[in-house]
Amino acid sequence: MNELVSLNHGSGGKQANELIRNLFTRKFGMPDPLTDSAVLKENGFTLAFTTDSYVVDPLFFPGGNIGKLAVCGTVNDLSVSGAIPKYISASFIIEEGFPRNDLEIIADSMAEEAEDAGVRIVTGDTKVVEKGKCDKLFITTAGTGFIKPGYEHISFGEKIRSGDKLIVNGPIGNHAIAVLGARNNLNFSSSVLSDCASLNHMIQSVLDKSDQVHFMRDITRGGLAAVLYELVRISMKGMNIDEISIPVDEPVRGLCEVLGFDPCYLANEGKILLVAGEDEYEKILSVLRSHPLGVNSEVIGSVVDDRKGNVVLNTKNGGRRNLDVPSGIQLPRIC
Amino acid sequence: MKYIEEYRDRELILRLAAKIAKTAKGKYSFMEVCGGHTSAIHRFGIPSLLPQEINLISGPGCPVCVTGTDFIDKAILYSQRADVIIVTFGDLIRVPGSYSSLEKEKLKGADVRIVFSGLEALNIARSNEDKTVIFLGIGFETTAPGTAVTIRQAEEDGLVNFLLLSAHKVMPPVMEALVMEGVNINGFICPGHVAAITGSHIFNFLAEKYHLGCVVSGFEPADILQSVLMLVRQINLNSPAVEIQYTRAVTYSGNSLAQNQLSEVFEYSDADWRGFGTIPGSGLTLRKKYEKFDAEKRIPLSVGFHNENPNCICGNILRGLKKPDDCSLLGKSCTPENPIGACMVSAEGACNSYFKYYRNE
Repeated sequence: MNELVSLNHGSGGKQANELIRNLFTRKFGMPDPLTDSAVLKENGFTLAFTTDSYVVDPLFFPGGNIGKLAVCGTVNDLSVSGAIPKYISASFIIEEGFPRNDLEIIADSMAEEAEDAGVRIVTGDTKVVEKGKCDKLFITTAGTGFIKPGYEHISFGEKIRSGDKLIVNGPIGNHAIAVLGARNNLNFSSSVLSDCASLNHMIQSVLDKSDQVHFMRDITRGGLAAVLYELVRISMKGMNIDEISIPVDEPVRGLCEVLGFDPCYLANEGKILLVAGEDEYEKILSVLRSHPLGVNSEVIGSVVDDRKGNVVLNTKNGGRRNLDVPSGIQLPRIC
Repeated sequence: MKYIEEYRDRELILRLAAKIAKTAKGKYSFMEVCGGHTSAIHRFGIPSLLPQEINLISGPGCPVCVTGTDFIDKAILYSQRADVIIVTFGDLIRVPGSYSSLEKEKLKGADVRIVFSGLEALNIARSNEDKTVIFLGIGFETTAPGTAVTIRQAEEDGLVNFLLLSAHKVMPPVMEALVMEGVNINGFICPGHVAAITGSHIFNFLAEKYHLGCVVSGFEPADILQSVLMLVRQINLNSPAVEIQYTRAVTYSGNSLAQNQLSEVFEYSDADWRGFGTIPGSGLTLRKKYEKFDAEKRIPLSVGFHNENPNCICGNILRGLKKPDDCSLLGKSCTPENPIGACMVSAEGACNSYFKYYRNE
């Protein structure tokens, strides 16, 4: 039987990786490792280039909307590559009958977010399709920025060593829970807001103060677990994580208990995992904490030489187990 | 989080673990029957806290895992009808039937929807009057009352396009079947949520007739460790009994409101269990009064011989005879993405937990 694409292939986990690696990157001749942005060297400059599509359902959720997400997401993909984001494109696929008012609100959010982030939306495209041929509105953004000399290694994690500390810039899981709560089918309401934010200024403040940022990745689909496994893959090391130090807001923790989710697998839109050199991690942590988007930053673990290829979680209650690679569908259309 | 963090307190947990190590004399095997326990035990890393003398074995309490291939094959046949919407809890859609799974049928165009409650299924029926909505009822005494309430609501609302395909089961007969087969255990970590509904008394026969230790346990790490300690003490004193560790939820006689709902709507019937075959009186079928909601009565169909991978040892794992790492398929051809047996599908399945948390240990 001809294999069919399933929602699992879009989950950011194992199957998504399989599809990307065995189909797209092979046919396009893209080099490994796959990074959040392509890093391109041209005439002495290093350019970062990225693209992402947004299909979040619903379009409006507490703390943001699809437009804000489309700008933040691309800004963050560039920033975690060590680049200063500059220019963004925006393409819209709109379902016939979509309210113009909503489109204005979404475009306003995009303009506002771009201004705050200091990027310009410089080109775009608009297509309208018949009713039922897409779900309300899909947005694709692409972006470019420059990587300053000395930061090219960040996306590839070339400088990761054992002893490096793993830092997240605040509580995880809020975006997924906010979007889920905005969908009507689960019948819960919560005060949780999406963490959707452009992190370029925060990241820049760290890069300005320390040259010991060894890797960064934004924690989106597949959650913290997906990023940790990506890190294991590119560094060929093990990760030792202390569950007790992973920041999770109380309402998110509570809803995860009720709904049977693990916050480590939930999507975020304003969180990164940063690998800091052992000598300067305290400094990096304090710079992060002095930025409004990093106030609740925490060291959650470290890079280790033993148990290569594994993410070991020391559970809060004193036990130990592997943190599993995210697999299959967690929650569809979260971004 | 109140009522949760207290039971995950590191100091308390380590104290309990130390007490178990001190109290244990010789080897002990305990079976956790409930899938919720299997999943909690591994999520909290309980095996890493227990002394080697204590062996925990997973039993047949993951509802997805014990659901027979026949049931999946029937659901698949229903899903292939253009006028049917299949409504189910999440995990079930990935369980392999003889030739397909609901997930594969969905890719080919079948209308298969995932819900979190039976009442949500009723809403789908209300807004799709031209279709027949078939709700796949699975689970033990814990989830069956929810299905009973759903059926009574459907009756009250006069819904004619809502049907139930029931694989609901009850716990005591399968526990007795295990014992009759000679499973080598000293006692049971009894299912706390089942007992919250039924009362702890349903396990009395295990202590009285078969001389096995029984502790009804909660689902937090401190609950489970305390239950293990209670079981060790019962065995040391050679005085097996039914004790309740999960006193904040479980009583001797249970929740009479839920029990009444159950007996109003369901009656006991023989049921098919993966790994065990048919166990008399272990299933729940709609009573005559509600048989108009019974999918198999309203849309009869017959499934052919079913087809299972002969190397899959799910059946023996569910019967406590084998452990996941005894399986030659585990992690090779059988993974959570491509499950061959049901124990790999559900988060409560023994193979799934093992694969996720320990395969590289």
